[in-house]
Amino acid sequence: MTNPPGIRLDLVAQDRLKPMQSAEKIRFILDEVEAGKVLVLESGLTPPEEAQLIQATMAEIDHEHFLGIEMQSYALDPPTRWERWFHGFTKGKRRTIVIGPATALKTIGKDTRTVETLILTPPAGA
Amino acid sequence: MPVAVFEKVNSAFSKLFGGIFGKKHVKIGIYGPPNAGKTTLANRIVRDWTGEIMGSTSPIPHETRRARRKADIVIKSGGSSLTLDVIDTPGIATKIDFHEFVEQHGMTEDEGRRRAKEATEGVIEAIRWLEDVDAVILVMDSAEDPFTQVNVTILGNLEARKLPVVIAANKIDLPSSSPATLKSAFPQHPVIPLSALTGYNVDQFYKTIIRHFR
Repeated sequence: MTNPPGIRLDLVAQDRLKPMQSAEKIRFILDEVEAGKVLVLESGLTPPEEAQLIQATMAEIDHEHFLGIEMQSYALDPPTRWERWFHGFTKGKRRTIVIGPATALKTIGKDTRTVETLILTPPAGA
Repeated sequence: MPVAVFEKVNSAFSKLFGGIFGKKHVKIGIYGPPNAGKTTLANRIVRDWTGEIMGSTSPIPHETRRARRKADIVIKSGGSSLTLDVIDTPGIATKIDFHEFVEQHGMTEDEGRRRAKEATEGVIEAIRWLEDVDAVILVMDSAEDPFTQVNVTILGNLEARKLPVVIAANKIDLPSSSPATLKSAFPQHPVIPLSALTGYNVDQFYKTIIRHFR
């Protein structure tokens, strides 16, 4: 049975990514996104993983089919005075993140509580 | 071998006395998304203290596609001074579409593709430079939403690496600028409203980077 046309959105549980090393995680994300899927990762990514993902994305942009990614997580709340004092404990905080092909996912707004995105479907017949 | 030993001893002394008396020489990376005004700010710093310029600027995104470095720039404020090696990095983005250069900026398809390819290489190089800088000036456009993922990702990486950062809330010459929004978004870092284009408030900026990066 074939699926009707549309963009596939996968919710990926924390337990799925937990056993993966960073490089493996990046590869998994890029393979899925380059296949046209939008992913919502429950566990998010650390800032160094996000930077690695951007680098890997740039290396794979082919200027034809894959033009990059859209990625958004909630903006982090500003740290409390306590967190600022114990700065080290707050580093690498992770929050749920949505990642998709730049041609299929568009962010329309975000703040510390909400990420608003549009999933762009290809025009009929395309 | 004696040279290597000397360098190690020298480095250990620099670290020890740098920690006690503050650093005198730092390598700073200028980071931010495309078109935030990174090269305009780099030009401002270099022109103010050496009379030279760093690189060309343009309203077309990704004008800077290779990191550029200017060494030994001595900046002064009050009775203090600091020597900077300034690295102007390409803008960091998560997507680069050559159609944008063609449709919005009148480039030919070949020019657009070439610029896009160079821009992707520039992003990779900019992120690689994070491993080799002592401190960062993060340039944000104060007329734009501060919560972009690029800003959040860069700041997260700086915090994870414990690199000192000063946020330059640039373009306050624009009527729509809102440096207060940037200040409330990132209260954990010094945010200096300025206009790299006109030079407004750069004295305060120099004072802050000397105090914060030494």
